[in-house]
Formats: sequence, C-alpha cells, structure tokens
Amino acid sequence: MRIDVKKTYKLYIGGAFPRSESGRSYEVNNSKGVFIANPSQASRKDLRDAVVAARAAQAGWSGATAFNRAQILYRVAEIMEGRTSQFVDEIVALEGVTPAAAKKQVEEAIDLWVWYSGWCDKISTIYGATNPVSGSFYNFTTPEAMGVVGVFAPQKSSLLGLVQSLAPVLAAGNTAILVASEKFPLPAISLSEVLATSDIPGGVVNILTGITAELAPWMASHMDVDAIDASGLSATQEKEARLEGVENLKRIFAFKGDQTPQRVLAFMENKTVWHPIGI
Amino acid sequence: MTFEYAPAPESTAVVKLKPEYGLFINGKFVPAKDGKSFATINPSNEQHLAKVAYASEADVNKAVAAANEAYKKIWSKMPASERGKYLFRIARILQERAREFAVLESMDNGKPIRETRDVDIPLAAAHFFYHAGWADKLEHAGMGSNPKPHGVVGQIIPWNFPLLMLSWKIAPALATGNTVVLKPAETTPLTALLFAEVCQQAGLPAGVVNIVTGDGKTGSLIVNHKDIQKIAFTGSTAVGKGIARAIAGTKKAATLELGGKGANIVFEDAPIDETVEGIINGIFFNQGHVCCAGSRLLVQENIQEELLEKLKRRMALIRVGDPLDKNTDLGAINSAAQLAKIRELVDSGDAEGAERWSPACDLPAKGFWYPPTFFTGVTQANRIAREEIFGPVLSVISFRTPQEAIEKANNTPFGLSAGIWTDKGSRILWTAKHLKAGVIWANTFNKFDPASPFGGYKESGWGREGGRHGLAAYLKGVH
Repeated sequence: MRIDVKKTYKLYIGGAFPRSESGRSYEVNNSKGVFIANPSQASRKDLRDAVVAARAAQAGWSGATAFNRAQILYRVAEIMEGRTSQFVDEIVALEGVTPAAAKKQVEEAIDLWVWYSGWCDKISTIYGATNPVSGSFYNFTTPEAMGVVGVFAPQKSSLLGLVQSLAPVLAAGNTAILVASEKFPLPAISLSEVLATSDIPGGVVNILTGITAELAPWMASHMDVDAIDASGLSATQEKEARLEGVENLKRIFAFKGDQTPQRVLAFMENKTVWHPIGI
Repeated sequence: MTFEYAPAPESTAVVKLKPEYGLFINGKFVPAKDGKSFATINPSNEQHLAKVAYASEADVNKAVAAANEAYKKIWSKMPASERGKYLFRIARILQERAREFAVLESMDNGKPIRETRDVDIPLAAAHFFYHAGWADKLEHAGMGSNPKPHGVVGQIIPWNFPLLMLSWKIAPALATGNTVVLKPAETTPLTALLFAEVCQQAGLPAGVVNIVTGDGKTGSLIVNHKDIQKIAFTGSTAVGKGIARAIAGTKKAATLELGGKGANIVFEDAPIDETVEGIINGIFFNQGHVCCAGSRLLVQENIQEELLEKLKRRMALIRVGDPLDKNTDLGAINSAAQLAKIRELVDSGDAEGAERWSPACDLPAKGFWYPPTFFTGVTQANRIAREEIFGPVLSVISFRTPQEAIEKANNTPFGLSAGIWTDKGSRILWTAKHLKAGVIWANTFNKFDPASPFGGYKESGWGREGGRHGLAAYLKGVH
C-alpha cells in the first residue's frame, strides 16, 4: 500500500508560495467534517505584502497590450483544463457535491476565463467613445484599469465563484489580491498553481487564505487598494468595508453570479482626452 | 502710451429680483414650514440680493414625497420620447432667457459676466439639449437592453458654477427617467430658483423637479432620506467622504464629483505663448473656483525662467474688478469664508518657504477679492502643492524628464484633471496614458461639453457626468 503525498497549501504572493509570515494555519474539513488540510491563515502583514506585490506588477500588467493580456487569460483556461480532475476532487471534498456537478463547475470556470479573455481587447472598442464636442477639438474617452483591486471571492462557490470575481478584474488590466472562500479555500490555491504556470506575471494575482472577517478591515482601510469586489463579504462586513474604504474613496462593488462586461467596467476608470484640431 | 478701458457694465435691468424666494416643491413656490430664511448677497459688493427660504426636515420630506409621487404616477409612466421633449423645452427657454440668467449668476456668484454669458449659461442650455435626445435612446446606450432609473434622486451642487452644475445634475437625471430633489449651494441659490420658473414655463409636471434651498444640514437631510434612491454630489472631498459614510450599508447609489489638484504639465517644446494663455485659463478661469483647475504648474526646468517671465507679463494684464463689466477677467471670490480659506493656504505657502508673486493690482474696497498669484520654490510636501486652494493661486514646480513629470503629477490623492503642453503628438499620448486623471486637456485647458464625460480618479470622486458614460450615474447597476 502506498501513502499519498499530500500537498501543503500555501499563500501565493508576488509569484512565490510563502507560508503566512505569522506562522498560522487553520483547519479545513471536508463536507463530512473530516480533516483535509491546514492552509495558511494569512495575516495583516501578508495582506500588505500582497498589496505591495500587486502595486509593483500594476504598470506592467495594465501596460501590456490588450491582445497580450487576452492570450494570457486564455492560457489560464488551457492550463486549468489539464488539471480538471484535481479541481473536481477538491470541490467534491469541500462542497459535498457530486463529481458530475463539480465537473460542471470546473468547466464553467474554464469557459469563463475564455469569455473574459476575449473582452481584454474589445472593452475599449465597445465602451470607449469619441465624443462630438462643440468646437474644434478631438475628444475621446477610454476605459482603463483602476489599479489594485481587493477581491473577496464568494464563500459558497469555491472555484466558479472566485473565477467570476477574478477574471473580470484582470481583464480590465488590474492587479489583484484575492481572499479565498474561508471554508472552501483549496481550489483557490490550486488555481494559484495554474496562474503561476500561465504566463501571468508574478504579483498580478496574489491569493490569500484565512479568516475573511480578519482580513476584510485591513483590505478596506489600505490606502493603496483602489477598489474591492465585496462579493464574498457578509452584509455587515461589506458595510464596514465601505466605511473603512471611505478614507481613499475606494470603489466597492458586490455581485451575484453575473457574467457581464459590466463586471469588467466596474473596475475601470474612464479617461477623457481633449486636443485641438488645427493646421 | 496706454489706453485705459472705459467701464462697460452689463445692465442689471434684465433681472427682476424678488425680495423673497420660497422653496420649489411640487411645481409651486412655497415658504419654509417654520418660516426660516437666509440672505444671499452679491460677493463683489456685499449688497443684499434677496431672502431665500431655509428648508428644514418637514420641507425636505415634502419635497421628497412630491418627487416620489411624480415618479410613480407620471414620470415613470410617460413615454421616453415625451419625457425628452420637456428637456428640449427647458433647453430652449434657457437659451431665450440666457442674458437674464447670465446677469443673475454674475450677481449672485461674483464671476465675470463674460464667463456666465459665454460659458455657464450656453453650456447649461446645451446640457439639457444634449440629454433631451438621450431620453428615448437609452436602450442603445450600452447600458443593457432594459436600463432602469433609480427613482428619486437627491442632488447637491456647489457654488462655483451654480446653473451649470444644476444642469449637469438635472438633465441626465430627468432624461433617464428619475425625478429630482436638488439643493443649490447656500451662497448661490438664485439661478436655481429662476430655473424653477423655467420648469413652470416648460410645463414640466409638478414634482418632477423640486428645489430646496438651505445649508449643509438641508443637504444631509436629503442624503439620509429613506426615499432617496441615489445621491449625486459635487463639492469638497471632505463632504463627499461624509456622504459616502452616510450611505454605507444602505442601498443608495452615489456619484461624487470632488476636489482636484490638477497638474498642468509644460514640456520644453511647448508653443510658449499659447501655453501661457492655457496656464492663465487653467488657474484664473472662474477665480480658480474650479475643481479641475490647473493649480499645479509642472514646467520643464530649462524653460521655467522664460515661461515665468511671460506668465508675469500676461498676469499683469488680467483685469480684476466689477464682475458685470464686460472687460473683467477675474471677478470676486464667492464668499468671505472662501477668501479666508485662500488666505490661510497662501499664508502656509509663505510660512513653508515658497516665494509668492502677484502683479500690481487694485482691488475694490468692498466685497471679497484676491489678486492673481503664483508661488515658485514649491516643494511637493508643501500644503499649497497638496491641498485644493480653490482660488486664483498657482503653485509652480519644475521637472527634468517626462518620467519625473508623471511621478509628480500623479503624486496626489486627487485625480480629476491634467494638462499637457507639447508640440509632439506621441508625447501627448504617452503622457495622457500615464496620468491618473479623468479629464486631460492637451494643448488646451478647462474645456467642457455635454458630450464629454467628466469626473475623476481616486479621491476626486466616483463616476462620470456628461456623454454616454454619464448616463450610468442615473441607471441601475451599470458602470
């Protein structure tokens, strides 16, 4: 009989897989209450390190061509496809769903990466504008990345939910600090292994596991986080995040399972440029 | 020899001031329930203009109830094309009564008639005309196939462009099918009340637009009212943050147009005379009471001396004085409080070691006045480089490389506007791409148009006003 080699679930920050600097981990059980893993319990310091990594990666990611970003997000889908069974096993264990339902979730998540990949180089065409101002000026508006976005992945849908939140943020050209579902964190860490091998530059996505209620206030009050996807926060946590986020007027949005370009646009700023026309 | 300008005052005969103005609720002017009122004055001579009703809780409740009723019974049921026609009518009446509005705005605000006549009022009318045409085309606006209004919108506007800000708020709100409770600024209520007459002349159904005058307390009653579905605010970042706190945890949506500290970046190859005009327009337009003012001049080091010499010569020609004189360039500061704020920040500039310069300039004895001013030797840590002065005061900072210009321009919690002056097209686009600002003027400054989205990054606020993008502010669940 062979003993399986079990994975140590760690954080993903700046392209590396550190444990929490706090040395903490927490117990994650399967749907039947049986122990399966001790993922890292990220601390405030881990979150701040992740923000630094995300900010450092921002200019490169938002400055990459839209076509390049599209290819990289498509590459994520390619790599995920090959790891389908791993994700299925994790989802079945955590969520207690059937393997068929888990497989469907993985497939939908993969397809969602493909869908948002395609938006990278179309969002400006559809949602930008040349504006017919009165006067001899050329005037155009383009949506561009907001910057660094904190993402609280939905708590109940361990893989699809987090892709629903993460993919549009990245398609917009933002870099992200994703806080995984507290009880179902394992697919997030497996996804980080996908991201690490998908040409996504280190720091573009940073993934933390831990206690949502502990991390939310630090994310919300961080002055170098521009926006938050609050989908994984409770109503009370979201309200508190909004109050904390006022200090730098964070843009905070929460979504249901919507698949829409509005989720990309929510994390973009419109920039309008004027120039005179003349000889 | 020099030729003196003869006085060229615009007549005030076109304005028929009433001694007292009520609140505009449900299509009628009504007194405040508790009979309170406050005075509005002409800031250029401190003369009393009129008494204006002060709206307390009962009045705000009444206005919101009227807006709610009008939304449910009339406005949400009206075909969009008919809704649009009211906006066309309002635009036309504003054009017809433009001179009256221009003179009244100048009297109540202190800004030059040249600006109210040529900028504020024509743009306000244009804003209604532009949005009128959107009313029946919203399903083509990229906001989903069935875009929905919020319902009753609470709008709070500042004193720097009273009627223009009213039009930026009311026109898109009505076009998208919302009804409105609007509060003009405490020091500039009169053109909003004259606008209420326009609504009557246009036959706008009662309750669709309600105008309540008052102060910050009146504003917070609007913000916190349970039947207000959305807040649109233009004003200071501090008040904007207060609003964001007040609505946290509620279902209310908000757009905020807040402060700025715009960088006007001048590269060494800029056409220097045009640039000087652009700098003047950037900081002295509307006495610098402009959230998107080019209040930080970032100039490439090797041309700083030449540029500042020309700027001084040009600033000496700015005519400061009677706002109603058609030759006046720089009018009055809007209030004693604002003048005190400008002085306090200028004092901090002196104290922190920056060097102040103003041309010789006779200021009127009565009223609130400040001369055109710039500071050199400003460091990025100085308050005058970081805080919004909202007056005719420019901070000059130099840079050596384009990268340094970007670093300095973006080194602010604000992100509303920026200017770029250079002859090189690729440099304009490179600079524009790297600036964190919502509105960028290249080889021009302070241009506005209803078709052009306006609004800021970071602490300059949430959302855009104007253009297709501005419609999102008044429709549910779109960005």
